[in-house]
Amino acid sequence: MNKPYVRPMTGWWKRDPFFMRYMARELTAFAVGAYAVILCVGVLRLAQGEAAWNGWLAALRSPVSIVLHVVLLVSMVVHAKSWFEIMPKTMPMIHVGGKRLGGQTITRVGWAATLIASLLLLALVWGWR
Amino acid sequence: MAESPKTIDVEVLRYRPEQESEPVWQRFTVPYTDDMSVLQALQQIKDDQDGSLSFRWSCRMAICGSCGMMVNGKPHLSCQTFLRDLLPGPVRIEALAHFPIERDLVVSVDGFVKKLESIKPYIIPKEPRTLAQGEYRQTPAQLEQFEQYSGCINCMLCYSACPQFGLDPTFTGPGVLALLHRYNADSRDGGQAQRMELLGSTEGVWNCTAVGYCSEVCPKGVDPANAVNQNKANSAKDYFLRFLSPRGSKA
Repeated sequence: MNKPYVRPMTGWWKRDPFFMRYMARELTAFAVGAYAVILCVGVLRLAQGEAAWNGWLAALRSPVSIVLHVVLLVSMVVHAKSWFEIMPKTMPMIHVGGKRLGGQTITRVGWAATLIASLLLLALVWGWR
Repeated sequence: MAESPKTIDVEVLRYRPEQESEPVWQRFTVPYTDDMSVLQALQQIKDDQDGSLSFRWSCRMAICGSCGMMVNGKPHLSCQTFLRDLLPGPVRIEALAHFPIERDLVVSVDGFVKKLESIKPYIIPKEPRTLAQGEYRQTPAQLEQFEQYSGCINCMLCYSACPQFGLDPTFTGPGVLALLHRYNADSRDGGQAQRMELLGSTEGVWNCTAVGYCSEVCPKGVDPANAVNQNKANSAKDYFLRFLSPRGSKA
């Protein structure tokens, strides 16, 4: 008698903390998407003229928008953290000076690049004023 | 006065298809010593308490890959997992997750073996070579490209750590894809083009959602997640290069 039992997968992501962290990472991708939509709306409003653009700027300054932006920022930091952690797993072996580059180094280079890009962007925005 | 033997409670997920329609938990109290593995606890149960308990094992030294099972919800080689690290118990043991259970702790490996065959897990020489030409020579750097992936013992723990395989059993899965990379990355091998179709298919690397738990649970440090995700880049490169060359990157 051969009656293999196939276990259901319902609620699989609750079975292990590792899966819950994975789902959190996937969830934060929506924050990245949401922010892209906000920026796209901004471009659209800009194209519609000064009044529309100023309306969009005013909407960004509302308390709801500020809370939303704080949530989005935290989500994006979590997303970046988890992404840089898994980054060494997505890359071929890298050798520097005959030695293989460790996973932690790749993660740190990712963070350094983010930091430099963010600082450059902030300098650009503040310098513009 | 003799000290009474120490015991630990062990809960085993039983499935006996002739008497149960779905698995049930059964509790055993096992006398244990500090050097006993989970596998030895199961052997104690089978020898002295319930001879009907079914499980696979062979070498008892973490190299045959037979005794993989879920211990307290995580995939482990039961011969390599010690009761002393699981105190005070109870220890919950069940068949490897995501595989159909044949009986008790024995899962069906048919799908896995078919997948393993499908990737041509052997060196396919680039060109015919005669004995007179001597042995293949490899630099340490060339060896390093595949050495880690050749450590796979086919224990299937990575499949039990991969929810994507649980949700879609047609997914070739971490272990077999790591072995596929082991041969592709070998400088002696010329079979990459033959493996590319499977690698780039939906059942291949693109089904992987980069959970990454496969590499965490591998008892041999193979890092299947790395092999799979490196090959997403290879597959994408292969896809775009075919627009530049009629023979694509397989040339």
